[in-house]
Amino acid sequence: MGLMKRFSMIFKAKASKTLDRYEDPRETLDYSYERQLELLQKMRRGVADVATSRKRVELQAQSLQQSAAKLENQARQAVSQNRDDLAREALTRRAAIAGQLGDLQVQHDQLKTEEAKLVDASQRLQAKVEAFRTRKETIKATYTAAEAQTRINEAVSGIGEEMGDVGLAMQRAEDKVAQMQSRAGALDELMASGALDNLSQTSDRLEAELNRTSADSMVEAELSRIRGELGGPTTAKQLGPRAETAQGAPTQDERPAEETPSAPAQEEQR
Amino acid sequence: MIVRIMGEGQFEVPQERVDELNRLDQELQKAVDADDEDAFQTALQGLLESVRSGGNQLPGDYLGPSELVLPSPDSTIEEVRAVLGEEGLIPG
Repeated sequence: MGLMKRFSMIFKAKASKTLDRYEDPRETLDYSYERQLELLQKMRRGVADVATSRKRVELQAQSLQQSAAKLENQARQAVSQNRDDLAREALTRRAAIAGQLGDLQVQHDQLKTEEAKLVDASQRLQAKVEAFRTRKETIKATYTAAEAQTRINEAVSGIGEEMGDVGLAMQRAEDKVAQMQSRAGALDELMASGALDNLSQTSDRLEAELNRTSADSMVEAELSRIRGELGGPTTAKQLGPRAETAQGAPTQDERPAEETPSAPAQEEQR
Repeated sequence: MIVRIMGEGQFEVPQERVDELNRLDQELQKAVDADDEDAFQTALQGLLESVRSGGNQLPGDYLGPSELVLPSPDSTIEEVRAVLGEEGLIPG
């Protein structure tokens, strides 16, 4: 016997094992219908679970992307301040984050695929369940128990097959979600405590150092501005433009040179 | 003949395509026996494609059972074995 025949037989045997038979076959219809509705409910929860898991991965990716962008900026800043050592460190950290992001992307794609499959499967099941409900009512209204038997068997085993198929899809999706959740949990822990915390510390340290370097050059600029104003040596004049723009705003702020309001205030104090 | 592709739905496949399905089925069997995942994937996709292209997909509200049930396109040898499970791989 070929593989597909055996596969079919075993699958169908398993699917029909889950169908309970009642003395009055028409009860089988009602019971089967109840089970179908339960399965539909379960599928909707399944879809929601996969979506939740996918959103969690999305949030993690977002926060990693922010870290990566921050490190990229810091690398640029470092290069512009001639601090290749800091730039290198920032880029190394960014590469590690890019690796994590790549993994997350794969997980995200897998979850999306599972989600789409479950949505498809639940739509197919929904269509069958609706058809089954109509068929069930027709059979119950038209036939006696004995006459109904064959028709019921057909409808019930047809939908049993669908339920078995959907059941396996659900199981797969649940396995995937469980897998992803343990990975997501591990990454959350990493972000909260371990290696990624080091990353943000690194990033803070880089920032502090970059700020210090840029503060240093601002101090130099201010120094040369003041020197210029005092008519001292203007050797550091090339740093001037930065200082001039910093200076620009306050000078345009012209206040009317009236008396200060402190005098009337004094009168009020008896 | 009505064939179900798991995860996809049911197809009505004309009788004259059955020989081709059997030939592809043998390839599938060989791949499983040899535990050759690549050959398995090729054979499975070939088999499923033959059902899709040679058959007509039945509407979603069709209620009848299928004569053949085929694994979903993303199945692995491992998963097919899991379904075959207790029956083992020795053809009956």
